[in-house]
Amino acid sequence: MKTVQIGNNLKSFFTEIGKLSFFAGRFFKEVFTRPFEFKELLRQCYNMGNRSLFLVGITGFILGLVFTLQSRPTLMEFGAQSWMPSMVSISIIREIGPVIIALICAGKISSGIGAELGSMRVTEQIDAMEVSGTNPFKYLVVTRIMAAILMIPLLIIFGDAIALFGSALVENLKGDVSFQLYFNKVFDAIEFSDILPATVKSFFFGFAIGLVGSFKGYNCTKGTVGVGEASNSAVVYTSMLLFIIDFIAVFVTDIFFEL
Amino acid sequence: MDKTKNIVPILRIKNLKKSFGDNHVLNGFTLELYEGENLVLMGKSGSGKSVMIRCLVGLMQPDEGSLEIMGKDISKLAQKEFNELRTELGFLFQGSALYDSMTVRENLEFPMRQQNKTEEESLKLVLEALDSVGLREALDLMPEELSGGMKRRIALARAIILKPKIIIYDEPTTGLDPITSKEIIQLMRNIQQNYKTSSLIITHDVDCARVISNRMILLIDGINYAEGTFEELSANKDGKIQAFFK
Repeated sequence: MKTVQIGNNLKSFFTEIGKLSFFAGRFFKEVFTRPFEFKELLRQCYNMGNRSLFLVGITGFILGLVFTLQSRPTLMEFGAQSWMPSMVSISIIREIGPVIIALICAGKISSGIGAELGSMRVTEQIDAMEVSGTNPFKYLVVTRIMAAILMIPLLIIFGDAIALFGSALVENLKGDVSFQLYFNKVFDAIEFSDILPATVKSFFFGFAIGLVGSFKGYNCTKGTVGVGEASNSAVVYTSMLLFIIDFIAVFVTDIFFEL
Repeated sequence: MDKTKNIVPILRIKNLKKSFGDNHVLNGFTLELYEGENLVLMGKSGSGKSVMIRCLVGLMQPDEGSLEIMGKDISKLAQKEFNELRTELGFLFQGSALYDSMTVRENLEFPMRQQNKTEEESLKLVLEALDSVGLREALDLMPEELSGGMKRRIALARAIILKPKIIIYDEPTTGLDPITSKEIIQLMRNIQQNYKTSSLIITHDVDCARVISNRMILLIDGINYAEGTFEELSANKDGKIQAFFK
């Protein structure tokens, strides 16, 4: 009985992966064909970017603050507190910043897209668009995925900057390190090989956030219950996908830049 | 409406079949709608009325049968051609299906996106459509600010914005109070007269059918069980037919 259940779960998992891949394929087909929905793209960029700014800022600030506070005692034990700016900056820019902020965005943006498109589906708004001769996939899905691809990297850069500011604040208050000295050390420590892979992977994070949210919402069924499920599963699937992308990104970075 | 039999139907559904697993919803449904006609389709809940119109507007693929709109078999059309043909169809959804994130004006402008109209032309058409439903003052309101009846009227304005030749109404009076229902029915009659449209009306509302229909089809067990005028059908002694008029 259990074997059958595992088999069914595996089957539905791979079916879902297949549908998601097909959905992604349709995105790549439609993104390069006219008409382009620039106005809607800008509206989505504004919605995603502007409305997530505060959340990402707070998260980044607390992240930098806590990370520095937690690391200080250990570094002090080895008399290595002067390494704090380089350690924090490399950790945040390479890994912690992009992953944490992408996860926060998965919770806010991906679930938002899932719920919005899901409710549009169950209230026949997507059908109404299709009946009016407009391509709803292009208008609703392509614009949202593109907006996420464009906005997530910017949000990550913003979050990283705020996190470094939070870290500098702790060092300034606890270690009497001036902001200028702190950021001089940060910029000395950061290399091209730290920024490029992190930036490239943040575009993929944006793609995953937009894609999964749109996929879950666009294919929503079962009325209002389905909307909740779409929103919830968008966060779960996106978070999983973010870690998979991160693993691949670290693996590929290691090949090209020898971490 | 017998004279209409001599002319080519503007909409023709022939031997339409659709099943969901073992549930055979449509078993060879056939329908012809003629120019200027108001055809009412009645059936019980779950009888396949919505499935039929979803197949007709391309939201669902039928298992068998042919669907012709203005003489064109929709199964043989490319997506682009079908989208162009769709502009000749107005569709009033049961739940109005107004776009929540857009104002009334944006809702009405939405079907004109592919029409390359200037802002002035679009606004003129929007105001004209709003005047037709008596809601010009709602131009800049959001759907959440409208009552159920107003939403239905705005949805009706959106359905006629491109001056379609055929309008499909899916339960136009469901969920409305009797007074608002009468207003909507009156609006449908006005639109039919002013825009010279042909209408396919799916309804449970006997009053709506009596007032608006030229001809009626009763959909029972996935087929057109009976066809005729309201008077003919309401006078029919068949128990299954009488159930609709009691």
